[in-house]
Amino acid sequence: MSYIQSLFPITAKKELAPGIFDYTVYCPPIASQAAAGQFVHIRADGFTLRRPISLCQIDRQRQTIRLVFEVRGGGTQEMSHLSVGDSMDILGPLGNGFPLLSPENKVIVVGGGIGVPPMVETAAHYGKNATAIIGFRNSQAVILKSDFESLGCDTRLATDDGSAGYHGFVSGLLKERLEQGPADLICACGPMPMLKSVVSIAQQANVPTKVSLEERMGCGVGACLVCACRTVRDGKEIFTHVCKDGPVFDGDEVVF
Amino acid sequence: MAKLGVNIAGVSFKNPVITASGCCGFGREYDKMYPMEKLGGISLKGMTIRERQGNPPPRIAETPKGMLNSVGLQNPGVEAFLQNDMPFLEKRDTVLIANVAGSTLEDYCAIAERLDSSKIDMLEVNISCPNVKEGGVAFGTSCASAGNVVSHMRRYTTKPMMVKLSPNVTDIVSIAKAVQDAGADAVSLINTLLGMRIDIATRRPILHNNVGGLSGPAVFPVAVRMVWQVASQVSIPVVGMGGIEKWQDAVEMMMAGARAVQIGAALFYDPYVPLKVIEGIDQWLDQQGVRDINEIVGTVKPW
Repeated sequence: MSYIQSLFPITAKKELAPGIFDYTVYCPPIASQAAAGQFVHIRADGFTLRRPISLCQIDRQRQTIRLVFEVRGGGTQEMSHLSVGDSMDILGPLGNGFPLLSPENKVIVVGGGIGVPPMVETAAHYGKNATAIIGFRNSQAVILKSDFESLGCDTRLATDDGSAGYHGFVSGLLKERLEQGPADLICACGPMPMLKSVVSIAQQANVPTKVSLEERMGCGVGACLVCACRTVRDGKEIFTHVCKDGPVFDGDEVVF
Repeated sequence: MAKLGVNIAGVSFKNPVITASGCCGFGREYDKMYPMEKLGGISLKGMTIRERQGNPPPRIAETPKGMLNSVGLQNPGVEAFLQNDMPFLEKRDTVLIANVAGSTLEDYCAIAERLDSSKIDMLEVNISCPNVKEGGVAFGTSCASAGNVVSHMRRYTTKPMMVKLSPNVTDIVSIAKAVQDAGADAVSLINTLLGMRIDIATRRPILHNNVGGLSGPAVFPVAVRMVWQVASQVSIPVVGMGGIEKWQDAVEMMMAGARAVQIGAALFYDPYVPLKVIEGIDQWLDQQGVRDINEIVGTVKPW
């Protein structure tokens, strides 16, 4: 796998919810080789560190990638000022994505908050065989629900305050879904406490999990070793790295 | 086409641009973007005699025109390096600099001895890592201990030794002189400046290690000043680093007295910076009618 760094034009921009931006970028070399769950590293003008953003969708025909991110600090704020026609400085595609089983498999994708966007491309692969469980703080923060629905996924929504969908966390909906029938794989992205409960529920139901992790990152390519995460490999707890060894890990190997 | 080659402690570099330790791993990652042969040299990730896991995350924080890091010398240990990474590096026609660190004097000597029969071209003695609890910068903040590391290692290695100096000292010139007197063949400077950021929402330091090393363009003027001070007071070659992000910075650093430069943090926002710097220097020398890069070293005209 090789990666490239260059400037690519923005072809569409939307604000999906307050502070959550949706960009489509014409990016043939990345669109042609990227996989679900991989990420790109975006340069924000005036900042030293790039910001890692997971791929939301990859359109090989139109040669575009879709990036959905939340404004969290100065870097993402700066990125959100980019408009259609501007260029985005992108390094990618980076990291290891979600494994894609054959599409007849029953797969559950679970996303929490800004961990929802990386699940769209994986859900698209399974279409109607996917259950998409997505959770947000409240109804105003809900994004991408119609995207999962139009892919044919069995889409289930949770909000922390009950202002839309199920009142509670995605873990409640995951338990409910597993009681209704078997699943071959669970793929998840979201805050660490959410991932911890997803993995624990899946382990009780004997379903394998893949989780996408986040950590403050430097180079993005495995050279600088800053984005360390605790994992167990060969029975030994070690620091692996989100950018190179992940961002997708086996749920069983992550030390929460 | 000006002559870009430089010689440091008997080692020939095809150009004066070296990637800085900790920013380029063991060369594999950026080799996927351009061949490492284009670089004058690579200063490899700091290594220790045994594997180290490093500090808990977060290990990095953005700062105005720079960054803080506290990796804590995570590395696989010298044996794993020689087995897994050296075969890849040996085939690359560029100068290989092993950055070596230790918690004890014995560690430094053992790693020097282990690398002596390898195809490493040069050792960069890391007595300036601010992110480890034992050793590291503790050796680099007094003249006696810095000199002691170098004179002990000298008995175990035939490789040229370049000592990487810490800027977190009262008088960097006296440390440079001490390592020169102890047998160092060159010095490189500066390592990172100790810094801190706090998240005001949580009142927690952003780095799990609380403090970490500052690098990036923010430190450039400090680096130029220290290179200038050291280069004018020692006779061994000086390799300059700290915040270089464009060819003009490299020229400035060389005018201050650096025989070659290292580039680190800039790789994170633009992996092609080393190549742009090489090309930029080359064109500038031609425009200036300078035939050999060595002619610009130390040519600052102080007031």
